[in-house]
Amino acid sequence: MNPLAQFSVSQFNAGLNYATPEIYLGLAACAILMLDLLLNDAQRRWTGVLAVISLVITAMLVAVQPVTVKFVGLGGLFEIDRMAQVLKVVTLLTVAVVFVYSTDYLQRRAILKGEYYVLGLFAALGAMVLISAGSLITLYLGLELMSLCLYAMVAFDRESGIAAESAIKYFVLGSMASGTLLYGMSIIYGVTGNLELGAIAAAVQNGLGDNVGLVFGIAFLIVGVGFKFGAVPFHMWIPDVYEGSPTCVTVFIGTASKLAAFALAMRLLPEALAGSQPDWSQMLIVLAVLSMAIGNIVAIAQSNLKRMLAYSTISHVGYVLLGILSGTAQGYQASMFYMISYVIVAAGAFGMILLLARQGFEADKITDFRGLNARSPWFAGMMAILMFSLAGLPPFIGFWAKLGVVQAVIGNYTWLAVVAVLFSVVGAFFYLRIVKLMYFDEPTETTIIGGSVLMRTVLSANALLVFGLGVIPGTLLQLCQRALQ
Amino acid sequence: MTFGGYLLSLLIWLPIAGGFIVLALGDRIAAAKWLSLIVSALALALSAPLWALFKTGTAAMQFIERSPWISTIHSEYYIGVDGISMPLILLTTLTTVLIVIASWTNVEKRVAQYFAAFLILEGLMIGVFAALDGVLFYVFWEAMLIPMFIIIGVWGGPRRVYATIKFFLYTFIGSLLMLVALIYLYLKSGTYELAAFQRMPLNLTEQTFIFLAFLAAFAVKVPMWPVHTWLPDAHVEAPTGGSVVLAAIMLKMGGYGFLRFSLPIAPDASRELDWLIIGLSLIAVVYIGFVALAQRDMKKLIAYSSIAHMGFVTLGMFIGFQIVAATGRTSGIGLGLDGAIVQMLSHGLVSGAMFLCVGVMYDRVHSREISAYGGVINTMPKFAAFMVLFALANSGLPGTSGFIGEFMVILASFKANVWYAFFAATILVLGAAYTLWLVKRVIFGEVANDKVAALKDLNGREFFVLGVLAAAVLLVGVWPAPLLDVMRASTLHLAQQLLVSKIAP
Repeated sequence: MNPLAQFSVSQFNAGLNYATPEIYLGLAACAILMLDLLLNDAQRRWTGVLAVISLVITAMLVAVQPVTVKFVGLGGLFEIDRMAQVLKVVTLLTVAVVFVYSTDYLQRRAILKGEYYVLGLFAALGAMVLISAGSLITLYLGLELMSLCLYAMVAFDRESGIAAESAIKYFVLGSMASGTLLYGMSIIYGVTGNLELGAIAAAVQNGLGDNVGLVFGIAFLIVGVGFKFGAVPFHMWIPDVYEGSPTCVTVFIGTASKLAAFALAMRLLPEALAGSQPDWSQMLIVLAVLSMAIGNIVAIAQSNLKRMLAYSTISHVGYVLLGILSGTAQGYQASMFYMISYVIVAAGAFGMILLLARQGFEADKITDFRGLNARSPWFAGMMAILMFSLAGLPPFIGFWAKLGVVQAVIGNYTWLAVVAVLFSVVGAFFYLRIVKLMYFDEPTETTIIGGSVLMRTVLSANALLVFGLGVIPGTLLQLCQRALQ
Repeated sequence: MTFGGYLLSLLIWLPIAGGFIVLALGDRIAAAKWLSLIVSALALALSAPLWALFKTGTAAMQFIERSPWISTIHSEYYIGVDGISMPLILLTTLTTVLIVIASWTNVEKRVAQYFAAFLILEGLMIGVFAALDGVLFYVFWEAMLIPMFIIIGVWGGPRRVYATIKFFLYTFIGSLLMLVALIYLYLKSGTYELAAFQRMPLNLTEQTFIFLAFLAAFAVKVPMWPVHTWLPDAHVEAPTGGSVVLAAIMLKMGGYGFLRFSLPIAPDASRELDWLIIGLSLIAVVYIGFVALAQRDMKKLIAYSSIAHMGFVTLGMFIGFQIVAATGRTSGIGLGLDGAIVQMLSHGLVSGAMFLCVGVMYDRVHSREISAYGGVINTMPKFAAFMVLFALANSGLPGTSGFIGEFMVILASFKANVWYAFFAATILVLGAAYTLWLVKRVIFGEVANDKVAALKDLNGREFFVLGVLAAAVLLVGVWPAPLLDVMRASTLHLAQQLLVSKIAP
């Protein structure tokens, strides 16, 4: 059927209405890019301020949207539901927090350039488009917009050889994954004859579930999703890119892009391909178990904190996949909660590295945290909260995340739950090692901890949020429940 | 709502809030100490009405507080006590005050953090004993690991890092398996309320897996042979206060878990697998008793003695099924349970006191080796009197608290099988052997060296702490009736739960 035949002006306007935040953010990013040309280096901080302000405004625009049921607009390219709304708000706020953490760091190493913020804004826009994608085309468009910005951001520090190496590695592998994903999408299109997620879902439901071509396509989609998530065996890029990138970019990749990857998985698998859930669940089980195993075990051997957190990410992705593969609404809710809580904790953990970093000193060795309790009991406490949360201990948010995904798999895959908790014991070891270094060892240096008042406040608030949501997790749990009923 | 309405919440949150304030005091050491003392004394004072207002003669939960907490997973803030948990809460508040007093001068670094850790730990431990909701219980149970990890790791001995990580990981792995069991029960019943778990029918396979998962958590905590190896390390490396909390309260949580979870939730599996627990308990009593004999480090010796005594506790809990099988009568179940609980409380007092005694000597000589001492009685007569009293209580002398529990458990095992009683009774021989031999080598004899010759006797603070514990040990020893009255209704109720099969017809 000719899509134009269904075209109605009111429908189109409604779509534009719902896309206002995206349009606003795109315009704001362009405006900031222009404005940045007029600023000299001393005034460069204002770019960051403006970027943060426009992110917060965009988040507010998203938050006030009256979303009750799923709305599909703009000719099926764009859709918004509660999940999209929540994920967008969290992504935007995360990027804003990342910008706050980054400014000091960039300034101290004299690479404070407007491009960092503009690329970040466009990446955030890409993530939003991806989260709200209603068809395979927009899904891919959003993903590439985000990824290309990230490739450039990794290489952003021109003087650094290792950053350039990481950028090339990220770019080459990322393009391959995107290509694989695109190939999978084309097969899905060939089998179902549709690009819109809703139409694909209907086609799959109506008897295409066991189609060999479809399953073949799903396998390629899983590869692409697995790569963007960083799930084993598609994780090779994660440790190198995390370590090689400037820390302020690592935190971007480790947080905002993970939320986008989650949205990608949710749109493709439970939404478009709900009918072949048994097929992709089996594939995800392999990914999940391997991720939990490799991530947790290899992290023990790391001496670089960014690398350790990279393997930690890999292991946490395994837990997120547990919820998705369960194929139930509770499982999806648990995964979403896990992803959001992980992003909050990871932002704080990378924020700590950024806080401790100084001119010519990255503070990304695990031993750089030695004796932190003697240097700053407050921030040692904050880091301890973050580490215990990553280990999944109550009363921190990481515990509720783990509880949710384990709950999701008990019943159908009880053995997976046991595997998951056993690997989390392995994981506890290397998080405890950080606490051990901070509390049990004496400091090797006595420099005062830097950082602007704003950064210290936001970082403390970030860590206290991990504690607060750990004591009263009800609101966030409810939000995730309502988002994915 | 009356004053009693918020008593338990106050008991839990007052120490935790106090702990955070102490933490904030930072370098103001004197203020931190005094505030810790005030908070812990207040908690002890608050636990007095808990005892006074407690209604004996009913197995129902008392001082109940219940309000919604996390609606999405149907978890509630639901706390209350019965005759099993109330005495343990009293033990916790008493022990914490004594630790604060005993640690007054012998902490040198990060003083505020030290006291804050103990206060927060106190609140969390009371939370464990009071929680009636599975998730709430688990949150307190796991959160407790954090302050203990810090206490051993920061203020411990030379191998403290090894010991504390071992302690943490051992406990963590067991707890997580328990979590899986709790979630399974939740998915089956639709609520995290413990009473619902206890009511719900379960088939034998389910019960067996649940029982084993709980066993993983509680056996590590008790600790039972062969998962006990973390305890000697943790005890030896922990500072005196940490050792006291570990021995006096944390080990009791394993026993409490059996009483609150394993037995009533999986009674049929408990009956099927009682041979396992009884076997492990007897191994703990006999084998670990011999291991204790061979120790050269005082703290290690007391740690092994703790394992042996806790073996007695688990024996008393599970012997009931054998009594029913052997005699057909059910009267012995309550006796075993009563004995186990009294033994837990008594061991809490006695082992805590023993560790404090070692602490007193360690503060002066800075050695825990038995061979570094000898003839302490010549220079520290008052201390020697206390040490001998606690040693006798540890070996189960009539008139001390140690005797009551051991006697009841041996009596119960006699009803089941003479051989159980025979092996169980070896604790009287072995316990006397290793404890009294320790006393002989350390306290009696000629003054061994210059350091011992230079020892000063107890100061007023130490005398007070040991005096309070000595009074408690003797009081429970000669007049256990009030304690047994408090427990009776609850243990009888538990005994009835054990006799009713939960396998749906």
